Amino acid sequence: MNQVKYRKLKNSIFHVAIFCITLIGIVVLAVLLVDIIKRGVPFLTKTFFTNFPSRFPKKSGILPGIMGSVYIILLTIVFSVPVGVGTAVYLEEYAKNNRITKFIKINISNLSGTPSIVYGLLGLAVFVRTFGLGKSILSGALTMSLVVLPIVIVSSQEAIKAVPQYLMHGSYALGATKWQTIRKIVIPSALPGIFTGVILSVSRALGESAPLLMVGAATYVSKLPDSVFSGFTALPLQIYYWMGLPKEEFKDLAAAGIIVLLAILLSTNAITILLRNKYQRSME
Amino acid sequence: MTQISDVTQDKKNARARIKRMKLSNVVARNILFLFAIITILTTIGIIASLLRDSVGFFAEISVKDFLFGKVWTPLFSEPQFGVLPLVCGTILITVISAVISIPIGLFTAIYLSEYANRKVRKVIKPILEVLAGIPSIVFGYFALTTITPFLKNIIPQTEIFNALSASIAVGVMTIPLVSSLSEDALRAVPDSLRQGALALGSTKMETSLKVVVPAAISGISASFVLAISRAIGETMIVTIAAGARSNLTINPLESVQTMTSFIVQASQGDNPHGTVGYYSLFAVGLLLFLITLVLNIFSHYLVDKYRKEY
Repeated sequence: MNQVKYRKLKNSIFHVAIFCITLIGIVVLAVLLVDIIKRGVPFLTKTFFTNFPSRFPKKSGILPGIMGSVYIILLTIVFSVPVGVGTAVYLEEYAKNNRITKFIKINISNLSGTPSIVYGLLGLAVFVRTFGLGKSILSGALTMSLVVLPIVIVSSQEAIKAVPQYLMHGSYALGATKWQTIRKIVIPSALPGIFTGVILSVSRALGESAPLLMVGAATYVSKLPDSVFSGFTALPLQIYYWMGLPKEEFKDLAAAGIIVLLAILLSTNAITILLRNKYQRSME
Repeated sequence: MTQISDVTQDKKNARARIKRMKLSNVVARNILFLFAIITILTTIGIIASLLRDSVGFFAEISVKDFLFGKVWTPLFSEPQFGVLPLVCGTILITVISAVISIPIGLFTAIYLSEYANRKVRKVIKPILEVLAGIPSIVFGYFALTTITPFLKNIIPQTEIFNALSASIAVGVMTIPLVSSLSEDALRAVPDSLRQGALALGSTKMETSLKVVVPAAISGISASFVLAISRAIGETMIVTIAAGARSNLTINPLESVQTMTSFIVQASQGDNPHGTVGYYSLFAVGLLLFLITLVLNIFSHYLVDKYRKEY
């Protein structure tokens, strides 16, 4: 009887212990956010969003970082979404279960685990040098597209898999070809899921800094980009630049930049969660 | 007469339409196949560009000197290219971060999958997803401005840039990776196993640790391998918080350079194209790619194994 009591006690202690362990991640997140908000908020003025970086912390702004990130994100979407969704459609609908298909699938899962800095080296060697695109927005966006491609593919595959079979069978029964079924049935029903994947890859691309550093994004620019061949900086790189400056005030400025970055990321995350909830309900 | 010719005309039109439909189907199929090939071209591009520029490096430095040399000073006037200090720095950071992320991630997964009720899970899971979505540059900032001062308070001889601070940040960053993948593996274990154990009089803890976790072990270990692979490839945190001094040490309070932070440092400096210094970037990149490739394939194998089990 005593032993049973002992075992039950052990179970309760274990329960409390792993609950506390679960809280560690959450506590760290809270400390991190509080710390950054405390340091950064005083610098979040109107001029912070409209000014260029300056050697005076008070006059520094994040405008070129924001514009650079916007350009990179838009181009990344343009490049990666058609290719990613197309690949997912091919793998789920057309591909036969053969060696090539298996190889493509393993290759994608390996690409998703490849460090982003390796993509940066690829971008440096191929886009910047071999294609001669230079240290431009285009090089950065092409590199970033390859970084997020596996995310777009995998989430689109999940979305396509979730389309009910009977919808497709209905379409085939009416004499539609595979391509017509994909265009008119599969993609429209998978759209919310695909959109979720796109947002996920946008938030990944927003926060990624290493590949952009490798393709030669500047950490300090004094004019806004005027074409896809312009040099550029991006939000995280601007933050990185301020972090490396010796003056303590610049570290607070970096915190202000981080607040902007996190605010954008959290709102994109919120959209994803809302979409997913809505989608799940409509599927039920 | 006219009616008959109308019918044949209709038939002809219909046939032409079907032909067009079939043709566009074939065309679409092939275009989509080309899209899929882009993913393979990416891998080929990575390998080709790393190899091409590594060749220039290995023409000057032997593979043996590279892999087993103990001094890494590419920027000195008489540079030495022994990669061991970089590998050692990477391993140091990976090991410490794994000591943090693996237990915390696994116990979090056990809590979420076996103990937490629906309400609690609904609160905690989105928070962990937010943690997973925080960019590494933010963790780098956190390491530099919060963790390092904290460590210096406790242990005064801590250097401003040190491996421990970076490792803690990398560890925290990879907790959600371990917890979410392990939780998936735990949830895939059939309930009949749990019910069997409980029916034999086991407590929940005994069921979780002696039945459910062993049953999910291949999926769980896949999550560990992925966390390790992430830590090895992590760039910004170590660049910001661990410093840029190649250092063959196992003392986590000292500054170290990893393979990734060397690549960043060298790419920012003005290493002219065509010098050994420039090529060394790609040699280190190649080594990094090969290490993560092996780990990724290993984790893929583990995931495959657990899919087959249930």
